[in-house]
Amino acid sequence: MIDAPAVRMTGITKRYPRVVANRNVSFEVRPGEVHAVVGENGAGKSTLMKILYGLVPADEGTIEVRGRRLERYGPSDAIAAGVGMVFQHFMLLPPLTVAENIVLGMEPVKGGVFFDRDTARAKIREVSKQYGLEVDPDARVEECPVGLQQRVEILKVLLRGAEVIILDEPTAVLTPQEVDELIAVIRRLAGQGKTILIITHKMREVMAASDRVTVMRAGEVVGTLETKATSAGEIAHLMVGREVESPKRQPAQPAGSAVLAVKSVCATSDRGTTALSDVSFDVRAGEIVGIAGVEGNGQSELIQCLVGLRRPTAGSVVLAGRTVTRWSPRARFDAGLAHIAEDRHKRAVVLDFTLEENAILGRQWRFAWPGWLHVGPVRREIDGIIATCDVRPPDRGLLMRSLSGGNQQKVVVGRELARRPALLIAAHPTRGLDIGAIEFVQKALLAERARGTGVLLISAELSELMAISDRILVIAGGRIVGQVDPAQVDERQLGLMMTGAH
Amino acid sequence: MKRWLQDAGLQLAVSAASVAVALAAGAVFILALGKNPFTVYGILISGSVGDNYGLGQVIYKATTLAFVGVAVALSFRAGLFNIGAEGQLYLGGFMAAWVGLQFDPEKPYAGMWWVCCLAAFGGGAAAAAVPAILKATRGTHEVIVTIMMNFIVIGAVHYFASSRYDDVIMEPATTHTWELPEAAWLKSYKETFKGSTANSSFWVAIAIAIAATYLLWRTRTGYEMRASGLNPKAAEAGGVRMRWTMCLTLLVSGGIAGLGAINFVLGNKGYFEKEFSAGAGFLGIAVALLARSHPIAVIPAAFLFATLSEGAVAIGQSKEQVPGEIIDILQAIVILFLLVGARLLDRAIAAWQKSRQKAVRA
Repeated sequence: MIDAPAVRMTGITKRYPRVVANRNVSFEVRPGEVHAVVGENGAGKSTLMKILYGLVPADEGTIEVRGRRLERYGPSDAIAAGVGMVFQHFMLLPPLTVAENIVLGMEPVKGGVFFDRDTARAKIREVSKQYGLEVDPDARVEECPVGLQQRVEILKVLLRGAEVIILDEPTAVLTPQEVDELIAVIRRLAGQGKTILIITHKMREVMAASDRVTVMRAGEVVGTLETKATSAGEIAHLMVGREVESPKRQPAQPAGSAVLAVKSVCATSDRGTTALSDVSFDVRAGEIVGIAGVEGNGQSELIQCLVGLRRPTAGSVVLAGRTVTRWSPRARFDAGLAHIAEDRHKRAVVLDFTLEENAILGRQWRFAWPGWLHVGPVRREIDGIIATCDVRPPDRGLLMRSLSGGNQQKVVVGRELARRPALLIAAHPTRGLDIGAIEFVQKALLAERARGTGVLLISAELSELMAISDRILVIAGGRIVGQVDPAQVDERQLGLMMTGAH
Repeated sequence: MKRWLQDAGLQLAVSAASVAVALAAGAVFILALGKNPFTVYGILISGSVGDNYGLGQVIYKATTLAFVGVAVALSFRAGLFNIGAEGQLYLGGFMAAWVGLQFDPEKPYAGMWWVCCLAAFGGGAAAAAVPAILKATRGTHEVIVTIMMNFIVIGAVHYFASSRYDDVIMEPATTHTWELPEAAWLKSYKETFKGSTANSSFWVAIAIAIAATYLLWRTRTGYEMRASGLNPKAAEAGGVRMRWTMCLTLLVSGGIAGLGAINFVLGNKGYFEKEFSAGAGFLGIAVALLARSHPIAVIPAAFLFATLSEGAVAIGQSKEQVPGEIIDILQAIVILFLLVGARLLDRAIAAWQKSRQKAVRA
């Protein structure tokens, strides 16, 4: 190879107080390749990329970009050296147009002061033509779908002359179709000589898009592999350091009576728009019903209607044989509901409560009679959850805030299952968790199913829905647009239904 | 070591550091006036807790501040900002006196002191009822309503106390009511403290601080109050009746602030007097901040502020020619540094717990 490596990081170490985020990390990216950096949450991949982009200084080690050594530098130096980064959370100004967003900070001007819209447009047309990234320069960003917004971010980076582009978890918010398009874009960019680094933990994209993959675990590089010469299983094994059992569909079991019956429910969103129209379905004892849909298609409002946080404008909700449409959350819990909330930090836990205090949230009245809390039973409860769910560290006095996301979710799952519910509503129960914790949560859901609980699983992870649901309902635009048997569809078909194009 | 003890130690360290920094900053002001800070601080101490009389005065001032401090701390814990303690204290005092005057002075009822205490609590709760109900039913922000209620309550009390029932309630040609029967008075500690105004309502304040602590950490209601203060959305999803909890918190908080009036009305003068609250309802907010919203910590915090304000009198009267207002500056600086220090501390604790946890994992 004649070319210098596009990126060469040697002996990078980054220490945070008492934690080493990167320990003596060395790796190389060849020019023009698509290089995936994978690892569990907390493996240090994001820190490494932030070091490369100059957001975080490394304690030790050297960085070379396209043969030039960079020292003590910030993002502007990284950009000058040809490194660009597309963040997971887009940095766009929604009310402005695509063109305005792309040239923000480097606007062409005419007459010394005025924004030169035509030049901006022409420039963008040129770049988007060159790389096959079509956009409408005059569309407002807030009106663009997420996939298009990401494209705008990529154009922004390209227009600033990036040769090395870092994509941080680029597919987290995309539909399967948008993921396919993104992968095509990535391949095209690489074909034109750009070097792409993708941070991800999704095997599908790694296998489909990358030439090589670097696996990180606990702050260290455990290997760099040629994608063609490896398998998803091998990569997962390297990431976790042990064999990962993918959840196996349990044998079909006869479903019991309906524990949840939703009848013609309509609801409006907080903004006053129609969020649900005429939603009807039921969940029977001993089955897992999945709800698939692109985020923001009424899932949140549906969950809120089911757990008592939102009043439907029409229709009824029947829980274990009783009509609970206007019941409070507390009354529904007592009637057999359990709820793993979609936004853990917002709805499921109090971060500044201890584990002990969090263990009874949603059941506090069961631990208080006639009004004062009984410390003994509360402690037995949390100790039981810590033991059965393997919460680490096993210390009930710690603040919830100090636990990792996976361990927080274990406390939530343990708490909700301790209700011995008739109906479990699990909303995005594995979102943001590492592989070990995902495994735990999925096993717990299957165990509940086996116990005869009706489970409603709302998830954005199609692979998860396909793996453990008995049947999948597809929601789009606030309506149930179809029901499928997960054994008889693939992600592509499901994705088409989700976007309403079935 | 017990974790709560460590936490308490850390919290104490922050408060102590804020006070120390404030004293140092105050010293700069005193130096700028061309005086010796040590002399001035010497007067501050000797003029307040330096003798029995001064100590009694500090206890007396600390008592009202403690009641209000506990009231405000309780509301803070539930995420509510009760800025209406001044009005609640005022109405509490008036109600205590008004109820006391309904008894026939010729045939006093021995237990009437606690009836008057209840009236004080009820008065405070009544003043808080308006913001509480508006908050629960209309979602109106309690800060605005409690502040406005201060003006309304004080104005209304003046109306009833002066024009309408003038000679029935008020002693003519004075700014205070008729004196209550002695059966309504609390035990005075005049003899012990050389004629100062300290009285047994101090013990009531201590009891209330302990009761509030128990309520917050050992009852379901308190658990729900704290949950809704720390994360209202999670509390709601966890079956906490948010409206009821907010309403109850404001009522209890207002009641405790109102109860603070017994220190003056039943413990000191034996009557209600216009302007008796003299801003204690506002200083109590500072006390709750210094105590970092912990009802027990309110007691020492109240003592500190009482010492400062009693010392301010001594400084103003001394031949040093330093204005007593220097104390106002000190109090403000304490609060400023607390607010900054609290943030730093919270971050430090979180980092410390995280690192502990990492150590366990490894």
